[in-house]
Amino acid sequence: MSVLVFLDHADGHVKKASLEAMCYGAAIAAKTGVATEGIILGTVSEDLAALGQYGVKKVYQLKNGTLDHLDAQVFTKIIAEAVSAIGAKVIVFPNNLSGKAIAPRLSARLKAGLVAGAVALPDTSNGFVVRKNVFSGKAFANVSVSTDIKIIALNPNSYSITTSDTKAEVADLSINVDPFKVKTVSVSKSSGEVPLTEAEIVVSGGRGLKGPENWGMIEELAKLLHAATACSRPVADSHWRPHNEHVGQTGIAIAPNLYIAIGISGAIQHLAGVNRSKVIVVINKDPEAPFFKAADYGIVGDAFEVVPKIIEAVKKMKGVA
Amino acid sequence: MKILVCISKTPDTTAKIAFTDNNKKFAADGVQWIINPYDEWYALVRAIELKEKDNSTVLHLVTVGMADTDPIIRKALALGGDEAIRVNADSHDSFFIASQIANVAKQGSYDLIFTGKETIDYNGSSVGGMVAELLDLPYVSLATKFDLNGTSVTVTREIEGGEETDEASLPLVVSCQKGMAEQRIPNMKGIMSARTKPLKVVEPSTVEPLTNIVSFELPPAKAGVRLVPADNPAELVRLLHEEAKLI
Repeated sequence: MSVLVFLDHADGHVKKASLEAMCYGAAIAAKTGVATEGIILGTVSEDLAALGQYGVKKVYQLKNGTLDHLDAQVFTKIIAEAVSAIGAKVIVFPNNLSGKAIAPRLSARLKAGLVAGAVALPDTSNGFVVRKNVFSGKAFANVSVSTDIKIIALNPNSYSITTSDTKAEVADLSINVDPFKVKTVSVSKSSGEVPLTEAEIVVSGGRGLKGPENWGMIEELAKLLHAATACSRPVADSHWRPHNEHVGQTGIAIAPNLYIAIGISGAIQHLAGVNRSKVIVVINKDPEAPFFKAADYGIVGDAFEVVPKIIEAVKKMKGVA
Repeated sequence: MKILVCISKTPDTTAKIAFTDNNKKFAADGVQWIINPYDEWYALVRAIELKEKDNSTVLHLVTVGMADTDPIIRKALALGGDEAIRVNADSHDSFFIASQIANVAKQGSYDLIFTGKETIDYNGSSVGGMVAELLDLPYVSLATKFDLNGTSVTVTREIEGGEETDEASLPLVVSCQKGMAEQRIPNMKGIMSARTKPLKVVEPSTVEPLTNIVSFELPPAKAGVRLVPADNPAELVRLLHEEAKLI
């Protein structure tokens, strides 16, 4: 009996979404009086014992460099074996790109109910009910899981990280690794920039910016705030910005702590991708822009006048020349 | 070469989201239904492009839904595809749906199965992975690019902060997102021919769902926007720093 957390990693580091998943798993385990354990497939450069600070008692590692890449089929088989060896009853994944690849497979393999996109701890007062996002962030559903083993894929940035001064025990796993049927041939990452789905702050531009040549101020503000850059659909469709920056109903859905929308009117499809942001700032010259209704802070004004002044003020606040 | 594309019916992207029956049911009154955009724009259109390149390709569509799904599946057939299969059942449980699709797939022995990356209503992003597991096939999720050379596949998928290019072989299951293809509008010829394309209705197999939605909730309304004068943007920075404590 335990809660098992899948620890997704990249570039030698356990991802932030995995740290959230550990804290979440530990909170479930505390409710039911069992231990939380982590499973990590592949190699990382950091000290796994230190993950104890996020509430895991033990970390199982299958140290095999092949597993630094993902083949969901192979990963699923390994995790399923580990689940049965460990006797895990609740399995927590970060609902990030790796989680979305593996958790559904594991659910089908183990016939274990999956709640994908969970945003709160399970309510165990009457069964096992987990709240998740539905209708692209416009509503929540409370989903009851009736199977003996339960799988939860936790939405990134929906559970706070808390730490304590504890070390985890680290144990080697020995499970056979099948040959990959999906082989990674190349990886391209925009270096030095904050990945959009992991960013705590996102600065986003829309058609109001008039053209790709005007993105300098968006990038400058994002850099100052350690933020990721994003854009609305028309901007991506006009090829002003790459498709992977498009947030909205048909692009990427994000939930940063702060979303700054510049020159975006806030069509319902755009809101569906950003409405889980904790605080929304809207800068638009049209006071009737629908986005103001969803915003926490706003400035009705011309982005080309307002944004440079914001950049100045942020520089002053941070003491940057 | 046989391709199966999974199609879902979802409320239009602008539909008002509300619930009835003590917050147990989606209020479907007056809602316009569409093909789930990820299924249509990316999965289906890319499959049609593959068929256009190799005319011997057989392209089937599958959906799990009641008779009210027929207009949606006909609309998908108007874009392209040779025939459609509708499993006559209604469920919000991804495992139930995936099991029905896997059963259809087993009977048709498809080389390639496409799904959209998720539906815009239940946002599970689960059916593709589950179908792959039930059929014991490899799975590439959230693909942005897909190319076929004989039975060899080159596929690009999204990873945190970038993209990864993978190689695989058919048979394969792929979930599709933006980048795979561009949206198309059905033409009159397509709409006319869709009327006579076969739409087979099959009864579901017995599958025990693994989850059940007990209720829905709407998020609390925002308190309202706090406007900062345009001539003093520094005040916004101060509020974000001192009040919201976010920067």
